[in-house]
Amino acid sequence: MSIAEQPLSGDLRAEIRALAQAEPHPRGASVAALRLVQAHMGWISTPHLNEVADVLGMSAADLDGIATYFNLLFRRPVGRHVIMLCDSVSCWIMGRERLCAHLCHTLDIQPGQTTADDAITFLPIVCLGHCDHAPAMLVDDTLYGDVDTPTLDHLIDTLREPPP
Amino acid sequence: MSHAERPLTAMIDPVTGPPDCAAYERAGGWQATRTALRTLAPAEVVDIVTRSRLRGRGGAGFGTGQKWSFVPREPASERCKYLIANADEMEPGTFKDRWLMEGNPLQLVEGMLLAAYAIQAGHGIIFLRGEYHLARTRLHDAIAQARHGGWLGQDILGSGFSFDIHVHVSAGRYICGEETALLTALEGRRATPRSKPPFPQTGGLWGAPSVVNNVETLSNLPHIIANGPEWFAGLGIGPDGGTKIYGVSGRVRRPGAWELPIGTPLREIIEEHAGGMQPGYGLRALLPGGASTAFVDDTALDMAMDYASVEKAGSRLGTGMAIILDDRTCPVGMLRNLEHFFAQESCGWCTPCRDGLPWVERLLDAIEAGTGMAEDIDQLDRHARMLGTPGHTFCAHAPGAMAPLASGLKLFARDFADHIAGRGCPLRHAA
Repeated sequence: MSIAEQPLSGDLRAEIRALAQAEPHPRGASVAALRLVQAHMGWISTPHLNEVADVLGMSAADLDGIATYFNLLFRRPVGRHVIMLCDSVSCWIMGRERLCAHLCHTLDIQPGQTTADDAITFLPIVCLGHCDHAPAMLVDDTLYGDVDTPTLDHLIDTLREPPP
Repeated sequence: MSHAERPLTAMIDPVTGPPDCAAYERAGGWQATRTALRTLAPAEVVDIVTRSRLRGRGGAGFGTGQKWSFVPREPASERCKYLIANADEMEPGTFKDRWLMEGNPLQLVEGMLLAAYAIQAGHGIIFLRGEYHLARTRLHDAIAQARHGGWLGQDILGSGFSFDIHVHVSAGRYICGEETALLTALEGRRATPRSKPPFPQTGGLWGAPSVVNNVETLSNLPHIIANGPEWFAGLGIGPDGGTKIYGVSGRVRRPGAWELPIGTPLREIIEEHAGGMQPGYGLRALLPGGASTAFVDDTALDMAMDYASVEKAGSRLGTGMAIILDDRTCPVGMLRNLEHFFAQESCGWCTPCRDGLPWVERLLDAIEAGTGMAEDIDQLDRHARMLGTPGHTFCAHAPGAMAPLASGLKLFARDFADHIAGRGCPLRHAA
């Protein structure tokens, strides 16, 4: 059974309950709870979404409406690393299209897809607030500025190293 | 410029990182809190901030003291109220709040404490965009230090006033920066804006009185209380009070952000602080305050970057973060990029915005790709007028989206005509 189908751990369920109790209404914890599941699992599978909905006392459809609304919540599996290349205006002016083409070519995927070795998911992202160092990108939790093709090539090599 | 004239960023040092609680206090921090909680009534704090002429730095520019004045006056102990910092900085081209939060998070904490005291709110929330990982870490750390120092929690300084701050880490979507959509998001719903009235000040988060202020706005408060409203009002050049964080991105020599007197001329910001255009590039036009402000061309360079002057030039001060269009970048391509953003970020609640913005994007796609027709210009113009008129859509998202389009259709009429006559982008073919 894949991790996406295994029930959430008791600890995680307890953490979600605590988040819900800290809010005036449990649904106020929706985003925090879904983020928590994603932080542990990498993405939010339907069985896990159902479990969170159950803890928060919401219908699964109601919670899925939230999960699918926010672009940083993943309802499909992603790779071990996520590259988000800014596609907003300042980065566009500073040449992000060329970087996008380079990433697609090097990774052999289109934006929104994951490499065959499950190492990298490539997504576009709105302005990252790093416009004075455009083009910018976010790789997992790390912000990069003044991105060029050598930076990308080096980074991809690092990210492709198999997990320990 | 002297130290005292850039209060917001004086303590920011990229090498040493943000000041800890002790360093913050040594540099003058918490002095305003002592003054306010020990010697001022909440209504007096509102009055001081009103007299300082501080206006919201998030884009709309509403008077901060005036915004607070609509909140019911009961003490925090008697009524649940919320003070919310809007840290959902997502206006393309804008990178000022991240600088403030990463550089001096305690300043935001103290600003929130002062605002909360003024409106007598016991609950503080920082609504932080999910991509700001470093800011999140530093805010959590600052809040922990402030709690440890007794600046957050129960009965602060023995004043009887209690206040604490929770960081809500969001998960994307530009519309969350709209204050009523932000409240909806905090309540665990799809972040669609709400109709006003009721205004958040009377019926906000979970129905309780709530104030939503921008990070830069709140970060000004410790300095206003510590140095007085007259000092703050005097920092500005022209009608507005204080300093402003201005920024420039695009093909300039030194893209960046600078704290300057509010009302600094646009030319000084671009030519002196940003160092002018890069060699080989000329300035074609610019968006003065983020993606949702109207284009101005080089005839506007001498305008003062204050709320009234930018409006007089046909645009808005917005976030004060300018995006430069150079003479080697296609204006139609830039508009296409902007409208792709707005179409994608429409919350989908009201039909004109949900269906109109993607139509605009498709028309621009076609023109850029060389399949545009002359009638498409009329269609774009019709959308710019229809969606650009407040009241035709549920919130300000579509009018914001139409500001660069309406101005761009006028300023770049020749480029649009060339794209249609020449069956595509002349700059792209040249590249």
